[in-house]
Amino acid sequence: MDRQLLILSTFCYLAAVVRTIVALRAHTFQQSRFNFFAIAAGFILQSAFLYLRGHAEHRCPLTNLFEVFIFLAWSVALIYMLVGPAYRLSLMGAFTAPLVVILQVFALLAPIDVPHAAKMPADPWLEFHASISMIAYGAFALACIAGAMYLVQDRQLKTHQIRSIFYHLPPLSDLFAAITRLLWLGFILYTLGLASGFFVGGPLPRLQIICAVGVWILYGAILQGRYSRWFAPRRIAALCIFGFAAALTLLWGITFSAQIH
Amino acid sequence: MNLFCVGLSHHTANVETREIFSANREADCVLRDAGCAEALVLTTCNRVEVYGASQNPVATPDVARCLSRKIDIDHSAFYRHENADCVQHLFRVASGLDSMVVGETEVLGQAKKAYESARACGSAGPFLHRLFQRAFRAAKEVRSQTEITRGAVSVGSVAVDLAAKIFGDLSRCKVLVVGAGENAERTARALSSRGVVDLRVSNRSPERARDLAANVGGTAVPFEDWPEQFRKIDILITSTSAEAPLLTPAQFESTLRERIDRPLFVIDIGVPRNVDPRVNEMNGVYLYDIDSLQSVAEQARATRLQHIAAAEKIIAEHVASFEETLARGLEWRARNIAHPQMRIAEQGS
Repeated sequence: MDRQLLILSTFCYLAAVVRTIVALRAHTFQQSRFNFFAIAAGFILQSAFLYLRGHAEHRCPLTNLFEVFIFLAWSVALIYMLVGPAYRLSLMGAFTAPLVVILQVFALLAPIDVPHAAKMPADPWLEFHASISMIAYGAFALACIAGAMYLVQDRQLKTHQIRSIFYHLPPLSDLFAAITRLLWLGFILYTLGLASGFFVGGPLPRLQIICAVGVWILYGAILQGRYSRWFAPRRIAALCIFGFAAALTLLWGITFSAQIH
Repeated sequence: MNLFCVGLSHHTANVETREIFSANREADCVLRDAGCAEALVLTTCNRVEVYGASQNPVATPDVARCLSRKIDIDHSAFYRHENADCVQHLFRVASGLDSMVVGETEVLGQAKKAYESARACGSAGPFLHRLFQRAFRAAKEVRSQTEITRGAVSVGSVAVDLAAKIFGDLSRCKVLVVGAGENAERTARALSSRGVVDLRVSNRSPERARDLAANVGGTAVPFEDWPEQFRKIDILITSTSAEAPLLTPAQFESTLRERIDRPLFVIDIGVPRNVDPRVNEMNGVYLYDIDSLQSVAEQARATRLQHIAAAEKIIAEHVASFEETLARGLEWRARNIAHPQMRIAEQGS
């Protein structure tokens, strides 16, 4: 039942992706609420899945790689719905939906939905630590998406090749402001998650701590670079993409080490 | 009832001829008095057209006479469209397909204004109401479902569009114009019309700088001071006749280090170019010379032309649907006039 909810949710996100691709190819892309509602429907179904999983496991559903990916996809959609309309980044939904589809399709197809062998007793600090860190990842994912949008727009302006998508993307200054806010949001949430990890009952694996601190330092350095004017906006946009790819790899490491622990 | 359109436009008449016929603002009311059941006059810079509905044919010279107060007029430049052709013509006009700049949207606003004015003086009745409402719908659909209106097609508006895509809100942008050429003035005016308030002008001739500053609502800056001003601005427009580039990457480097998080948009309209093209490779600098601005305008023009066929298809569908609705309405009216008892029976049931 819960996997079916997830499949339905993936179809909702896929509808947003297909609609955007078809509209962009036909040069008829219009700002509409379709993407937002499709993502909202997908989000509700994801929430239902996470609720059922959490109910069955009597804890926050972050016990294996499969659940981590779904929670991450849910966090991306959550942050999009919180910040997307506020920043009026009309195409952000079009960029968000493919990321969520990739995460969910991978989670559904890969044989990673393996129950955690060592059942640890539920620890509210551990659950808070894991869930808030995942929501922070959602903000970093959105910063990565805004970074990709920035680079697309920047490239068109630099090469003087103005394509249809140029008129739908927000101005560079708005995108840079969105990147900065998303980086701050993610960094604050991640710091909270990291700090709460020290209150967890049992000792956490060393690799997990190193990876988590590594992600924190990486994003801290990007923010420091932004305010100390070490990096130009284009470099920061590229770093958001690199940072998220690195954070995702480290997340894999963290989850893997937690599973074998 | 016959629908007709009589008029002249940039396709058939020069501006002197169009001027003669664009003066009579109450022509729609005059036409109604002259025997048209309904009449509406659409006047823009490029066209003067009368849309009418009448039981009996109204001759083109009679319409032309209503548009001009002159007695001896030449009406050879007038064209005439009737019924389906008239409907198609109006839909094309409202959608900007018949405009000098294909896809311009101003004409739709002018058509709406003309309709409101005709309605206010009572010369637009149910036929023209339906016709114009459908024209507005068709134009809206063409605008939303094709890219016929996408992108700017003049150098000045391209520069403004690009600036808006870099900075968003232009009211906070600081602009420096170096040189006082005609193109620089046009671009500065275009920026000013989109909300730029901080405009500085610098020129070798202080008088010319003051004149241009006064014309565009800016302030004149001594020519020796412009390199200092350059550090504080967001948009630089250069249009001098200098033989060698005024700005090279080396000159940009120190400035860019101070403003690493703020982009710089450089519009180089000078020929020969005033800014070294290598500047465009620098982080945060977007350099457009006259050729690249024209190339963006050309891309927009080409996009618009590519979408003409799609727009014509939408219009054809609307024309067919309008014809059908009109025929049904006329049939119903004829039936009720010929057999009033049927109408009573229909109302009774």
